[in-house]
Amino acid sequence: MFARTCSRSGFHCYGLNSYQSAIRGGHVWFQVRGSEQKVKSHGDNVDILIALNSESADIHAPFVSPGGVIIYDKDRVKFSGNLLSQKARALPMPLGQISRKFDKNPIMQNTVALGAALYLLGLDFKVFETVIGDTFGKKKESVITANIQAATSGYEYAKSNFSQLEVTAKPPSNPRPKMLMTGNQAICLGAVMAGCKFYAAYPMTPASGLLHWMAAHATRCGVVVKQAEDELAVINMGIGAAHAGVRAMVGTSGGGFSLMVEALGLAGMTETPIVIVESQRAGPSTGLPTKTEQGDLNMMLGASQGDFPRIVLSPLTVEDAYYATIEAFNLAERFQCPVILASDLLLSEHIETVDSLSKDVLIDRGEWANSTQQQPFLRYKVTETGISPRAIPGNAGTIFVAASDEHDESGVVISDVLAGIPKYVAERKKQMDKRMRKLEVARTQMPPPKVYGPQEADITIVCWGSTFGVVSEVVDTFGKTDGIRVNAIAFRNIWPFNAEKAEPLLKSAKKVLDVECNYSAQLARLIRAETGFEIRDRLLKYDGEPIYPYEVIGKIREVISRNA
Amino acid sequence: MLELSKYKSETRPDWCPGCGDFGVLNALVQAVANLEIDPKDLLVVSGIGCSSNLPGFIHAYGFHSLHGRAIPIATGARLANPELTVVVTGGDGDGYGIGLGHFIHAMRRNLDITYIVMNNQIYGLTTGQASPTSQKSFVTKSSPMGTIEEPVNPIALALVSGATYVARGFSGDPKHLAELIEKGIKHKGFALVDVFSPCVTWNKVNTYDYFRQRVYKLNDTGYDTSDLGMALEKSREWEPKIPIGIFYETTKPTYEELDPVLRTGTPPVKASLSQSDVDGLFNEFI
Repeated sequence: MFARTCSRSGFHCYGLNSYQSAIRGGHVWFQVRGSEQKVKSHGDNVDILIALNSESADIHAPFVSPGGVIIYDKDRVKFSGNLLSQKARALPMPLGQISRKFDKNPIMQNTVALGAALYLLGLDFKVFETVIGDTFGKKKESVITANIQAATSGYEYAKSNFSQLEVTAKPPSNPRPKMLMTGNQAICLGAVMAGCKFYAAYPMTPASGLLHWMAAHATRCGVVVKQAEDELAVINMGIGAAHAGVRAMVGTSGGGFSLMVEALGLAGMTETPIVIVESQRAGPSTGLPTKTEQGDLNMMLGASQGDFPRIVLSPLTVEDAYYATIEAFNLAERFQCPVILASDLLLSEHIETVDSLSKDVLIDRGEWANSTQQQPFLRYKVTETGISPRAIPGNAGTIFVAASDEHDESGVVISDVLAGIPKYVAERKKQMDKRMRKLEVARTQMPPPKVYGPQEADITIVCWGSTFGVVSEVVDTFGKTDGIRVNAIAFRNIWPFNAEKAEPLLKSAKKVLDVECNYSAQLARLIRAETGFEIRDRLLKYDGEPIYPYEVIGKIREVISRNA
Repeated sequence: MLELSKYKSETRPDWCPGCGDFGVLNALVQAVANLEIDPKDLLVVSGIGCSSNLPGFIHAYGFHSLHGRAIPIATGARLANPELTVVVTGGDGDGYGIGLGHFIHAMRRNLDITYIVMNNQIYGLTTGQASPTSQKSFVTKSSPMGTIEEPVNPIALALVSGATYVARGFSGDPKHLAELIEKGIKHKGFALVDVFSPCVTWNKVNTYDYFRQRVYKLNDTGYDTSDLGMALEKSREWEPKIPIGIFYETTKPTYEELDPVLRTGTPPVKASLSQSDVDGLFNEFI
């Protein structure tokens, strides 16, 4: 509600929900950062800490900025002021007592605290009222009224007892409300705008948000949404739907993707376009279900037996997730192969404002056969690009069988009685070469990695996916305040890897630092395999928490001073 | 009726001479010809195994997919285009072993597809190992001392899983089998046609003679196909006689009729790719 108040007031914001794999309980916190400028990460410190229990106060108080405050209920929260930095203030409030005026259950104490926070920051209370109205819109009118009263009381209490923060939110120069969404929602919006008509999934954090949004918008957007019995069914249903001619997407996390592995090869072999969202979480195995990691890149690149074309895109931001999804559908149909959209918990689940998303969506459905084909129809016709015109059931004159076995140009299986006969030995090679040619064509169409920051830099950070958020913020920080010049190379169109475009960028960098959320520097290893360029300095994080700006800044200083 | 030759594939079946699957292929062709289903509107989906080669041997759209995954492929295709007639073919290993989970879920969904299982109680393509429907004590390469597990009972399983058409045929009686398949395709909802389809190479117990001596037609006994209790009882009969025919048939709404998007009528494959209310959709995020 706080984030929505910011975005409706025209501020940018970035919010991150940290939680556990438990229905209730555990240490749960939500952090929001707002600014007139674009907010690119969760940041390091907080100006206002609202602690609803003692544990939250103890854990987060050291991160309250000088000039910042902690709001807490002194009846409920035991808190030692020693944890605060010198210039930070402790603001005890009777949160529970105020809240109970409006409801027996003190559940609204957070609303009371939010009211106080609005005053401390000088945010527009009227906007907050509209947010409360929309948030509880489906509930009784009395719930809305009670929440508004609770917030008002919190606001008034703060006004009477506390002074505002130094960092008050001045009304932005452009008060136009901004869109606020999660990465998962951006993917969904991109998918329906791209004409996705089928979405299948099995519930799994952090991909479940995709299923929830799609299910809620199924009839409105004309998407058949299927919660299947397992991820084997999920991806095979997606492939079946795509075979029948619709744009199909499936979503999962690493564990579910592991179950999809065999069918990934089926999509490659039958040349069926499918978009697979793989929202990574900390592995291996069940790992940390509610914590983030970028540990599945090796799997995405190597999953399933044999060689076949696949495309891997890792959106860098929420906004990019929208465009990358649209692109994924186009690439899948242009190259008739699986496209993996590599997200992660941080990207999928954090909320972020986006300035504007284009409503003009380019749809490229690839090459199609007309119905006056010669017979038999050559569904897997050998062509220069490797792309064979497609056809779908229901169309006259293009009947064929899609087969997971090796097949000839018409789709006839050559794996059984024909295998080993010289003509079919040659046929096998032709089909392999044809399929893999698509990858070579796709490689030439992959844009170079994104270069962010100054052209000339003392140190260049290499990253991929959601890590770009924190890295770009650090680049901006150095750009404003420090003598060290920092830029970044962000890999987004990861596979097929365009070494020709990436290598010169890497080789011309003075110093290179790899920043990834995994143990084994999976992107750095890919870069070495594809270019021979080795990145020795690495910031690798795999404790489940996202990378913080101070960690990147510290590592940059370390590398610079070591090499100075 | 359409001419049978309309469904003739350029590819000759590579099954062993005498394989039960020939009878199933002929019966399927007869059934779709009787129903006048245009080959372009027929999608035959299979998994992996000898019997799963069938889509290549009939002139129709086909998807010869992964071992055990024919049903989800068919489900996706059907949900994308409910105007297609979707027939799934496969074997006992494919459907009652590696793909058993999908089988049960497709039945409880009452998806409008027809599932023909060529049940030979053995793994043929991998040269003779025990299958989920192998009878107890059956000696195979993988069970030299005889199998020690109870076989899956596909008819009973289908009855308790919500299938709305449950039948069993015998490929030694292709005329009767064609009738069962035809009714199964015509049936609105999930239709299982389990078929005794002897493997002449690897199963020397459950042979044509074995079944000829045992099978009898439920239809000849004044059997009531609407009685689920009786159907369950009949599903347990094996010695000395084995019933074939329709065990159970009922009418229930299909998944396609209930799905909130499909019930609006336009098959997704024919729907426009663009959204009708883009501004409204974007404004949800403000």
